Amino acid sequence: MLDNYGYIGIFLIVAAVFAIALPLIPYILSLLGIVPRKPDQVKSSTYECGMDTVGSSWVQFNFRYYLFALLFVIFDVQVVFLYPWAVAIRQLGLFGIIEMLIFISILIVGFIYAWRKRTLEWK
Amino acid sequence: MGMEIAFWILAALGVGSALAVVLNRDIFRAALFLVFCFFTIAGIYITIGADFLAGVQVLIYVGAISILIIFAIMLTRQTQRGSPSNRLPLPALVIGLAFLGAMVFIVLTTNWHVVTPLPEAGPTTGAIALELFDPESGFVLPFEIASVLLLAAAIGAIVLAREK
Repeated sequence: MLDNYGYIGIFLIVAAVFAIALPLIPYILSLLGIVPRKPDQVKSSTYECGMDTVGSSWVQFNFRYYLFALLFVIFDVQVVFLYPWAVAIRQLGLFGIIEMLIFISILIVGFIYAWRKRTLEWK
Repeated sequence: MGMEIAFWILAALGVGSALAVVLNRDIFRAALFLVFCFFTIAGIYITIGADFLAGVQVLIYVGAISILIIFAIMLTRQTQRGSPSNRLPLPALVIGLAFLGAMVFIVLTTNWHVVTPLPEAGPTTGAIALELFDPESGFVLPFEIASVLLLAAAIGAIVLAREK
């Protein structure tokens, strides 16, 4: 089983080497003098084409996004419980199904509350 | 052997990114380094054979908690530069050192059950499920109460974050 994670490790190493090598290659080529270096004002501007940006890129996001993030975290935690339960559902039998039904129906109350209070609507 | 090398690489990356979180002046970059730190911890879980825990780490910490942190930064006004905790360096140092001392003391004095040789690594998800959901294991009530805790968190979030 752990061998499969070895492949993920190799993938990550290849990705890291790739990400480091790509900026290094032009840098080394320009140091060796293979690539000509003739900077002008347009080339070294941040946006070579398109419109110049206006104001700061730091904008304050709508506060409503945070509510969705909070609800996402809660249902994400629910999924963590659902996943092992689904793996062992055959061994657990009817008891496991009832157990999970109680778990989900308690959490559904929160979802219905969010629905009734119209917090999921984007005004 | 391969796992040991992977462990040390991941440990070095984890400690390095944790230091970057603390030392970075840009709070958004610090948050991104924190996400990377969570990810290396998931890798460490895999090297010790806890595959389910690694999946949970990625799902909860890398997926959800990091979204909360990044949203919290994006929602606040211009706090990009400078560290907001700069006004109380001395109390922070005292509390940090006390916490470090407590952690080192606990790690050194705990009687760790070191298992040699390593138990055979296999999929742990099914075993965890049987431990958690089986009626004889005694975790059924805590599991159901966990849903009440999550419900309280959901309703609390809605009440606090709803526009008046």
